Amino acid sequence: MKLKKNIATSESGFIFNPATGDSYSANPVGSDIILLMKDNKSIAEIKKNITSKYDVDDSQFDKDYDDLLAQLRDNNLLEH
Amino acid sequence: MKDKNKKGDRPRYTVAVTGLNAIDSPGPGMAVIRAVREAKDYDVRIIGLSYEALEPGIYLHDWVDKTYQIPYPAAGSESLFARLEYINDIEKIDVLIPNFDAELHNFIRLGEKLRKIGIATFLPAMDQFEARDKVNLYAFGQKHGLLVPADRIIYKVEDLAGTAKDFGWPIVVKGKFYEAVVAQTLEQAQKAFHKLHAKWGLPIIVQQFISGSEMNIAVLGDGKGNTISAIPMRKLYITDKGKAWAGITVEDNALIDLAKKFITATKWRGGLEIEIMLSVDGKPYIMEVNPRFPAWIYLTAGAGQNQPAALVKMALGETVEPYTTYDVGKMFIRYAWDHIVNIEEFQKISAFGEL
Amino acid sequence: MAKLKYERPVIKKLNAGLMNKFGTRTEFEPVKHIDGVAVKSLIEKYGSPVFVISERQMRRNYQNAVRSFKTRYPKVQFAWSYKTNYINAVCNVFHQEGSWGEVVSGFEYNKALRNGVPGNKIIFNGPDKSEQDLRDAIKNDSLIHIDHFDELYSLISLCETINAKPRVAIRVNMDTGIYPMWDRFGFNYENGSAWNAIQKIIGSGKLRLVGLHSHIGTFMLAPSAYSVAASKLCDLMWHCKNQHNLQLQYIDLGGGFPSQNTLKGSYLPGTDTVPSIDEFAEAITTTILNFGFKTEELPLLILETGRALIDDAGYLLGSVLANKRLADGRRATIMDFGVNIMFTSFWYDHKISPAQDFTHHTEDQVVYGPLCMNIDCIRESVSLPLLNRGDHVVVHKVGAYNMTQWMQFIAMRPNVVMIDMEQTPHLIRRAEKLDDIVSLEEMPAYLKKIDLK
Repeated sequence: MKLKKNIATSESGFIFNPATGDSYSANPVGSDIILLMKDNKSIAEIKKNITSKYDVDDSQFDKDYDDLLAQLRDNNLLEH
Repeated sequence: MKDKNKKGDRPRYTVAVTGLNAIDSPGPGMAVIRAVREAKDYDVRIIGLSYEALEPGIYLHDWVDKTYQIPYPAAGSESLFARLEYINDIEKIDVLIPNFDAELHNFIRLGEKLRKIGIATFLPAMDQFEARDKVNLYAFGQKHGLLVPADRIIYKVEDLAGTAKDFGWPIVVKGKFYEAVVAQTLEQAQKAFHKLHAKWGLPIIVQQFISGSEMNIAVLGDGKGNTISAIPMRKLYITDKGKAWAGITVEDNALIDLAKKFITATKWRGGLEIEIMLSVDGKPYIMEVNPRFPAWIYLTAGAGQNQPAALVKMALGETVEPYTTYDVGKMFIRYAWDHIVNIEEFQKISAFGEL
Repeated sequence: MAKLKYERPVIKKLNAGLMNKFGTRTEFEPVKHIDGVAVKSLIEKYGSPVFVISERQMRRNYQNAVRSFKTRYPKVQFAWSYKTNYINAVCNVFHQEGSWGEVVSGFEYNKALRNGVPGNKIIFNGPDKSEQDLRDAIKNDSLIHIDHFDELYSLISLCETINAKPRVAIRVNMDTGIYPMWDRFGFNYENGSAWNAIQKIIGSGKLRLVGLHSHIGTFMLAPSAYSVAASKLCDLMWHCKNQHNLQLQYIDLGGGFPSQNTLKGSYLPGTDTVPSIDEFAEAITTTILNFGFKTEELPLLILETGRALIDDAGYLLGSVLANKRLADGRRATIMDFGVNIMFTSFWYDHKISPAQDFTHHTEDQVVYGPLCMNIDCIRESVSLPLLNRGDHVVVHKVGAYNMTQWMQFIAMRPNVVMIDMEQTPHLIRRAEKLDDIVSLEEMPAYLKKIDLK
């Protein structure tokens, strides 16, 4: 699952889709994951990064990661 | 608590204003800000209070120094007060001028609490505010000898026929909160009843139809029964949403007398707009009373009676003498203007609630 | 290095539409304690969901209501409305405070007697009183409020056989300018049927007419409607005195005062719009005082206030069962409590607070109950912080009607706990068990054996 190439992200959690003109804000965990996705990190790397930084176990992360992907997909921010 | 950072000899007040939605059906905020900025004897710093991220005033930095988002009225007065306390800690607001009907209930309720933290308002009392509500307006008119079209509150569609018989056709069928339909026949009235019922719930208000020409008066009362200013205006061009796109000040002593009679009867504190229908035989019927300045309020400044500027002074406890003259034949012509904004500004106000 | 607190990742579209992220600090304060007792410990000890009632809040509400009326009017009596919440411990808090009992069925009547309420301090209302109920009420000298002519005639003929003269009142319905008009209960004032009933009672010589009763509606937001009702009852009382030289003792204005819950569809929250008890007290007492009675002839004023005294003393504690995303992208949260135990979610937008810390990030969501039933929805749309499975929430103002109208449907009814004045919780109704439910059932012998091997 890859973020669309031209999506602009910022450290403060803003996401801008230049193709549609839509803006989004993400909470800190969401913003961290999206920045890692933008750096083309693998799922395993993202998971390692997040679970070592935040107090969360693997299965909770997996479930929430899938949910974030669903949110990104719903908002047309993922490559098809 | 007045900010005496004088620029020249003039004191400088911090004034917070809502209604920055200068769109096709505009809120009065920008007009109030323009008027207050033209006050002769004081300077102002303007704090915008917005509900939505796209209210144009947020981005008009020449007019609004800083804007904060505030919670919707439906969140209740407690959250509103908490937010205003936060803003006041930073900005030290002297006067707050709310401009939306829907928010007034909360601001009137909070009047005393706001005063305690140094924020002055100049608003009607709750019972004055409620007496001019459209559900109560007819009774109000009866009590004070003012002409108001007769109305009846109904709950059943069967009551339409009898009401129409008393009032004569056509009748105006109105929703509890918004919308009105002029019905010429029983079928039309029944259709309107069902539509408004589905949309706004019960009751439905049926009003006597008055034909004639529409006039509006912007009025400012001092809370003791004195009329500080009353400017009658005739709409010259009306948008499809019923808003004035252009209007002109007129000379009509009967209308000014009516405004004074209203202010004497209610001891109204603050600004208001009276919507009048002058019937064919020349009688002024009060159609609606809006408990705040109208969107065309800048015309009062243009015509020589700057109502918002006077309101700020009265809110701060100064006595203001009633105005006596104004320019007849002054017009306003509203215009639309595309303002260019960078996305960072939109993101900032959306995510952080401040700009 | 300590790890950061985790919160599930979300993105939120920024748009010109409704966004209500700011200034909502107070709306989303976590509620971790109820009367000083930790929500967490209550759930650990009594399970989830669990109803919690604050005795302190009940007594405060009662004393406040009594003060509102007694500082304005000399003779006031409250009668606890059993149907609002008839758990015995709840009733007895109000009885200890001095409240009589107000009941609408034989079941409630016997519950009040068992609680120790003297028969002559029970008001028996409602359209359904069996012959046995009437016999009991007559024997115990209770106040019988007659609802319809059939009841009136059967009471008269009953008295012919047992040689007693019970104390009665009639329930009067009337136009108070509000809608809907509750004309299904009692005798109508405007069309003369109330006066007709009064004449029948006096004419029969079998009953002692001692009072008049009305109950104009529920969740009434207009104090003025009560002054209309009070004035019509005063008018009837005046006529009894003038035309029959009969001095009635009391006027009972029933219940109907609202709590501060927010009705569905109302724009402003109940905390800002619902009139205070003082406003109702002012409307009612000035009407009676100004009617023109001599001081010694002023009637006793009875009030059957229920909801306004108990609603905000009741909380429902529950837990998040699951989070899911609906087909249209909306977030849904499934709680372990549903409309089966929170009947009032059909007409209120109940306030829900998380019971633990959270960040300012919120999501608009639908809150569902656990039932396998489409109608099981607690809030159709509410902005809440990001809740995880197992997180606890507190639902506010659920003290009225939920613990009487709850259903044993799909799940069983949970524990009810009362926190006393010293901050000690007491179990006042234990959760139902399977045995409780099946003990009522009978199995025909031929159905006992099943064989699905």
